[in-house]
Amino acid sequence: MNARMFEQTAELPEPFARWFERRGWKPRAHQLAVLAKVQAGLNVLLIAPTGGGKTLAGFLPSLVDLVASGAGHGVHTLYVSPLKALAVDIARNLEKPVSEMGLGITVETRTGDTPAHKRRRQRSSPPDILIATPEQLALMIADPHAKVLFRNLRAIVLDELHALVASKRGALLSLGLARLNRLAPQARRIGLSATVARPDVLQAWLVPQRPDAPLAHGELVLGPSGPVPRISILKSVERVPWSGHSARYSIGEIYDVIKQARLALLFVNTRSQAEVIFQELWRVNDATLPIALHHGSLDVAQRRKVEAAMAGGRLRAVVSTSTLDLGIDWGDVDLVINIGAPKGSSRLIQRIGRSNHRLEEPSAAMLVPSNRFEVLECEAARMAVREGIQDSERMVVKKLDVLAQHILGMAVHAPFHPSELYQEVVASFAYRDLARHEFDQAVEFVATGGYALKTYERYARLKSLPDGRLRLAHPRLAQTYRLNVGTIVEDEMLKVRLVRPRQTGRPLAGYGGRLLGEVEEWFINSMAIGDTFIFAGEVVKLEAVEELTALVSRTKSSEPAVPSYYGGKFPLSTFLAARVREMLADPLKQQNLPVQVREWLSLQRYASVMPRADEMLVETFPRGNRHYLVCYPFEGRLAHQTLGMLLTRRLERWGAQPMGFVASEYALCVWMVRDANLLISSGRLSLARLFDEDMLGDDLDAWLAESMLMKRTFRTCAIIAGLIERRFLAKEKTGRQMTVSSDLIYDVLRSHEPDHILLRAAWEDAAEGLIDARRLAQLLARIKGKILHRALDRISPLSVPVMLEIGREPVYGEANDALLEETARSLIREASGSEPQ
Amino acid sequence: MEPDLSGALYVGDYRALLVADLHLEKGSSFVRRGLCIPPYDTRSTLSRLEAVVQRLKPSRLISLGDSFHDKSAGDRIDAADLDSLRRLCETMEVCWLTGNHDPVLPGQLPGRVASEVALGPVALRHLPRARLETQFEIAGHLHPVASISRRGRRITSRSFVADETRIVMPAFGVYTGGLNVSSPEIASLFANNGFTAWMIGRSALYGFCSSVLD
Repeated sequence: MNARMFEQTAELPEPFARWFERRGWKPRAHQLAVLAKVQAGLNVLLIAPTGGGKTLAGFLPSLVDLVASGAGHGVHTLYVSPLKALAVDIARNLEKPVSEMGLGITVETRTGDTPAHKRRRQRSSPPDILIATPEQLALMIADPHAKVLFRNLRAIVLDELHALVASKRGALLSLGLARLNRLAPQARRIGLSATVARPDVLQAWLVPQRPDAPLAHGELVLGPSGPVPRISILKSVERVPWSGHSARYSIGEIYDVIKQARLALLFVNTRSQAEVIFQELWRVNDATLPIALHHGSLDVAQRRKVEAAMAGGRLRAVVSTSTLDLGIDWGDVDLVINIGAPKGSSRLIQRIGRSNHRLEEPSAAMLVPSNRFEVLECEAARMAVREGIQDSERMVVKKLDVLAQHILGMAVHAPFHPSELYQEVVASFAYRDLARHEFDQAVEFVATGGYALKTYERYARLKSLPDGRLRLAHPRLAQTYRLNVGTIVEDEMLKVRLVRPRQTGRPLAGYGGRLLGEVEEWFINSMAIGDTFIFAGEVVKLEAVEELTALVSRTKSSEPAVPSYYGGKFPLSTFLAARVREMLADPLKQQNLPVQVREWLSLQRYASVMPRADEMLVETFPRGNRHYLVCYPFEGRLAHQTLGMLLTRRLERWGAQPMGFVASEYALCVWMVRDANLLISSGRLSLARLFDEDMLGDDLDAWLAESMLMKRTFRTCAIIAGLIERRFLAKEKTGRQMTVSSDLIYDVLRSHEPDHILLRAAWEDAAEGLIDARRLAQLLARIKGKILHRALDRISPLSVPVMLEIGREPVYGEANDALLEETARSLIREASGSEPQ
Repeated sequence: MEPDLSGALYVGDYRALLVADLHLEKGSSFVRRGLCIPPYDTRSTLSRLEAVVQRLKPSRLISLGDSFHDKSAGDRIDAADLDSLRRLCETMEVCWLTGNHDPVLPGQLPGRVASEVALGPVALRHLPRARLETQFEIAGHLHPVASISRRGRRITSRSFVADETRIVMPAFGVYTGGLNVSSPEIASLFANNGFTAWMIGRSALYGFCSSVLD
């Protein structure tokens, strides 16, 4: 299919040919190929690296068509971009050739920031090319005038498609496209994507599907692949730490590298890592290089300032989380430094692509592992990038909460017939497997909440018309829909405000301190008053938590008490994990590793054993007065946490008296009172049974009933589906008395209607997300009959990293009562409390 | 007087069970804003109440106001839930104190309605008074929760707040939110010598004096 691709080139008509010529450019083969295919009426997926003229390739067919058929007949091309800022940037870049060629084509953006009067004007006199986000598309098709607006739509360009399809925004977009296909069946689709493992899936995602028919695919056009990036791994002369994530050991060496670069972009995985690295860099910043910090929790004004300084060439380095992964080129970055685990090869490729946006020159990147296991992961990632191998991204499909939102939106647009809407929805790739009864449940949920208890029949949000169509019961609901549209749900955030330190025994003086930014509520809730943590580049102490504000004070301490590496959102990819296991198993693959790491691994072979790539090693050993069981699944922290929770439940039941566990990206360690070696050798504990897949049944259910992770997931679904409202800053004055916390709703719903559509939606999300049960299930299946056990008399070299996490990471368990009791007792001893009755 | 794990307060001398802030039909009240919150909160709150009544077998039940979330709650309550509420009320003498959410109680309700009652020297009312004219007061309204830090964890739970002159009861309803006992609305009621917060754990109550709380 690909071989003939470049034969079908198109002639570039005037004035485009002249414009290219005048600039000394030649249209690239893939740009012409896209043009030819769109002109032939085909849908196209273009895969090309950054800097390959991808955006122009997406617009060229529209510009050519507009010149030929005349502008000013309504929206001709809809361009969907995942980022607001990117939309604005693209409009600016497009306006340049349009005005230079004098095409008389209008280009406008529509994002959340577009004022209402401009949106109204866009409706009455629409631009030829409209650049919008997926949320804005949802709002536009929900508009009663959508039919008019998109009457003459000829092209839909989807930018950064590989990123969109992997999130719920992709599911929303997929539904929006299905509607557009009804409003404007003549419109062609052009998908723009970075390199992916499975282009065929994206090709299918792009185009309308027919139920019960084989998958339809758009045409594929491949751009040139740029030169292989130059990736190095920091070979530190320092000792690479056994565990931890701060990469402090390498700060001096990182600083030296920054000095050599024009502008270095430092990527880390979590906000707290960003804070630590930023602080450490300034500590060694003898030359006072302008080094800035950029992450999602910082005040927006602060972030905009950093972006402007980058673009203006006033910075030498920026420490950033994933906030700068995608999108705009803020400056002339010539070096990317990735600190910590790369997590996945696609993600690394994306990040490396932020440097050096000239296609012909290779990008330069340096990886800095922050501990020994990460050395292995960095090496695996480096090899993968060199071989051009991508992780296979999972597409987000059939999300019922997103469907519920869409159904409400379609009712806002006009009364709809359920059967017709169902046919439309299953034509989208993301919902092609949706069963009719699932759809009907979603409709019922939108109308009355879908409860067995029929409290809301009288108040139904959708009412039947005599012809069987459903209409919105009240225009007010349209307003609610517009306020809640979208699938991005932020964690509940608390403002962080600086106050003077609390004097003993006295209340805090003055709440009017400087606003430092926002932080996730769960993060603060996991902390005790008086704990110190790093925020906005300073070590601060938590003084008090008001309803929506965390009050903090400056401290002199340089060592925060809460290390709070909360893993970040992205687990180690399955592909990289397999690579790391292979590397561990095969000494020949370890030749590129630093000597100290190779020594560590050979010590493990000597003191215990190194598992084969398809085996899972379990080690048991005593230490102090406890007994430890350490296993090495390499499936990421989230899956390991779930495994730890389930293993401790089982061990409890089997009398091993487990006391706690700690999970890392690579390993899991459980400690217990009883002698694990003895339990196993005497046959009272069978590892095969311990790791049996049946743990994913009742044990998992029982744990989920209590799990905070499940509650967080439920909250997201409840907001997307419109069960509860988003918390808007303007509304916060009304306080929480006027709302119901989603945690309480979860508890009540679960005990009365465990099969409710939203609980199912939340469970599926959690299984792929915070609980990662999907990955755990894969692991349990993979290691069946392949558990390699070693009973040791002491700690093994391989277990040292995870053992060191004990005490640094929160230990899981539902021991609130035990803690309360212990607190009460110790306070009684101090004679400061009163006795419990 | 015994604070109960359920969030009710049992006054043995009078065999009276006190509860505050049931907020029945809070879930369904959101339907006016177009939200269909799971309507099972009334059911859950009532079965919590049934359980403590069966356990303690009081001869009177006094609900300290905000028993219903709003004036039209009686119109929305499910027939089965109303039935079980009625059956529960048959077993004992019931008194509904009015609250700011329910200045008027649903008509079909058994029991008597009052704005305040006295239990011997103790005044029972919805809103706690800043200055007490009686020896002792038991009130609701504020939905107190308390937090305490221990071993790097902060635990928050519903809580009775008390000193030698008054008790503020935790909210009993399952959909009710909470207000921290350190907030001025609660702390100012106990200005002089601080207070004790009885935090409700899973299997027991734990009392802490205000100076050790977050």
